Amino acid sequence: MSKEAILGAIRRGLRRGPLPADQALLLAARLERHPRHLIPARARLPRAEQIALFVRHVEKEFGTVERVPDAAAVPAAVADYLAAQNLPARLVRAPHPELDAMPWSGRPLLAVEARAAGPEDAVSVQHAFAGIAETGTLMLPSAPERPTTLNLLPDTAIVVLRASRVVGAYEEAFDLLRAERRDASSGGFMPRNVMLVTGPSRSADIEQTLELGAHGPRRLHVVLIEDDPAARAGGAAAPSPQEG
Amino acid sequence: MPQLTSPAFKENAARALADAALQRALSGSRGAFLARRQAAIAALPEFERLREIGRDIKNHTLAHLDFYLETYAANVEKAGGTVHWCATAEEARAAVLGICRRVGARTVTKGKSMISEELGLNEHLEANGITPVETDLGEYILQLRREPPSHIIAPAFHLNREDWEASFRAAHTDLPRERVFRERRDILAEARARLRARFLAADVGITGANFLVAETGSSVIVTNEGNGDLTQTLPRVHVVLASIEKVVPTLEDCCALLRLLARSATGQDFSVYTTFSTGPRRAGDRDGPEEYHVVLLDNGRSSMVGTPFQDMLRCIRCAACMNHCPVYGVVGGHAYGWVYPGPMGAVLTPSLVGVDKAGHLPNASTFCGRCEAVCPVKIPLPSLMRHWREREFERRLTPPVARSGLRLWAWLARHPGAYRAATRLAAGALALLGRGRGAFRSFPLAGGWTRGRDLPVPEPGGTFLARYARAQREGRA
Ligand code: SF4
Repeated sequence: MSKEAILGAIRRGLRRGPLPADQALLLAARLERHPRHLIPARARLPRAEQIALFVRHVEKEFGTVERVPDAAAVPAAVADYLAAQNLPARLVRAPHPELDAMPWSGRPLLAVEARAAGPEDAVSVQHAFAGIAETGTLMLPSAPERPTTLNLLPDTAIVVLRASRVVGAYEEAFDLLRAERRDASSGGFMPRNVMLVTGPSRSADIEQTLELGAHGPRRLHVVLIEDDPAARAGGAAAPSPQEG
Repeated sequence: MPQLTSPAFKENAARALADAALQRALSGSRGAFLARRQAAIAALPEFERLREIGRDIKNHTLAHLDFYLETYAANVEKAGGTVHWCATAEEARAAVLGICRRVGARTVTKGKSMISEELGLNEHLEANGITPVETDLGEYILQLRREPPSHIIAPAFHLNREDWEASFRAAHTDLPRERVFRERRDILAEARARLRARFLAADVGITGANFLVAETGSSVIVTNEGNGDLTQTLPRVHVVLASIEKVVPTLEDCCALLRLLARSATGQDFSVYTTFSTGPRRAGDRDGPEEYHVVLLDNGRSSMVGTPFQDMLRCIRCAACMNHCPVYGVVGGHAYGWVYPGPMGAVLTPSLVGVDKAGHLPNASTFCGRCEAVCPVKIPLPSLMRHWREREFERRLTPPVARSGLRLWAWLARHPGAYRAATRLAAGALALLGRGRGAFRSFPLAGGWTRGRDLPVPEPGGTFLARYARAQREGRA
């Protein structure tokens, strides 16, 4: 069988047979500990600066950010954003409990459906699991309440993120997944799909020059709920010297 | 197998040098990559340290590759996926075709995958009545033009804007005549509109993988367009094509390498979409594929383990080496004659297809050392190319002209005064030609030997001489 042939060839190259049990145990222990490597200094900032850095990085990558004081303010902010962009007041949103609890009916002209996205949907509102400051990246793990198609099919992707869920480094966001998720069928913490999204879609395939709006969304708009006292402080803070 | 023209590297290169449109595309494209990479790295002071970490992670993995592959496969299966272990390209083609047939697939969408190129998968599917649709913008136009990619991350590196317009007009015959493609934006919009329908109609989506994570059984793709994600999300079946050296132990190891990849590749801090796929749709999920398969390909790589070429298996396919290569910069990717161009291709191709067929490629170098200096996982590309040259030399495969060229080079290297004098002479005589390029296109003492490759302006510190001397001490020269 090819599996044995491949493993056999590798072992011949390594000049040994199957890994001795004690060495296999050491490697299994490394997997268990999954040690971190160097985390860049820019990801290790005080809370307020970290959130400010997240915002600056989203903007650097051609995304936009709007801060709102609480979850109740999200529907109005979304409706106003769509109006300002001259987009129709119709959207499909994640059927996530945090979004379910928001007062969408306060904007009766806004047509909202909670489901996965289809090809006809022009605007989506997704729920972010975490934000990662080091590159302005959103972590969007798939779940029944967070369908993947919302990240991809609509031309305008709006993502709701709580400031308290902004972390410094990718590793910290994965630690949140490790701590908070357990999949019934696989027994693991990884959902089927985890997208790390940094800005709207783009291509540099034509003459290696960046052009926004490839197959994914053309616009990425983050609505940041300031549920973290540090977020407010961060809004006013001077740009951090670490930032590049 | 895709067509191999590596044995004709010299002819290919000569043709490339005489192709004015190609030269325009090459010189137009390169600067952008280099400047963006430079800026991204300047903004991350830890980059040099991260390169060492990246190298060490890959070395650790390769030293225990059997263990990590078995762990990876076990975790894919735990998550409900299937792993197809394939020793050869033929087995891998059969595995993909088998899946497509079983589910009755008629069209297959594809994300960018160099393994797919290595397999010649599109031709194989077409020959069996299945329509493959490339969805990466660069791959899409190459499929229309029926050309192979010329670069591992920017497949249409060799094309100019007019080529795009001409190809679209030829293929999209329903286009109104007044429709213009003056701007890149117009080209992008046309491709996006065309491909939307294909994404939705496909039965199977095939992607590559930048990494496989043993700990979780995940495959990782890194893209900017979103086409790879649509490919792996919308169809009923997702097939991942990955070679065995793509595995890394943990998510933390993967994150460390991800910090290197985008910066080295496109000069972005992070690509737009970095996506981890783990098995098929879960209970309650409202979207995602129902089946998840990994075609795990060896195709000669396991025989590199335990040889000096094991270092090449660290490669994360960022393309920095070709972006910085003076030879690639003038001959382009097609001249290399197989799937992988540039310095990484010059080392990898002989390993995968045989030195007898690709023995010319390691000569396509000036040994300027830039590729090694930029490689995010510190692969000693020049010395690996030298290894191949020596093997080729020993096997007497080198044609007499190249042999005398090599001898001349070796003589010059052993006589530093003459080398410097020769270089000075060349520099003096050819300053106008070479200025601003960091390389010279001809070298009076080497004549035909350097036609088609550049003699670098020797770097401060005599990099080449130092390396050569070291190699001699180690008994390799
Ligand atoms: S050899 Fe190094 S620089 Fe070249 S593609 Fe591979 S990782 Fe990148």
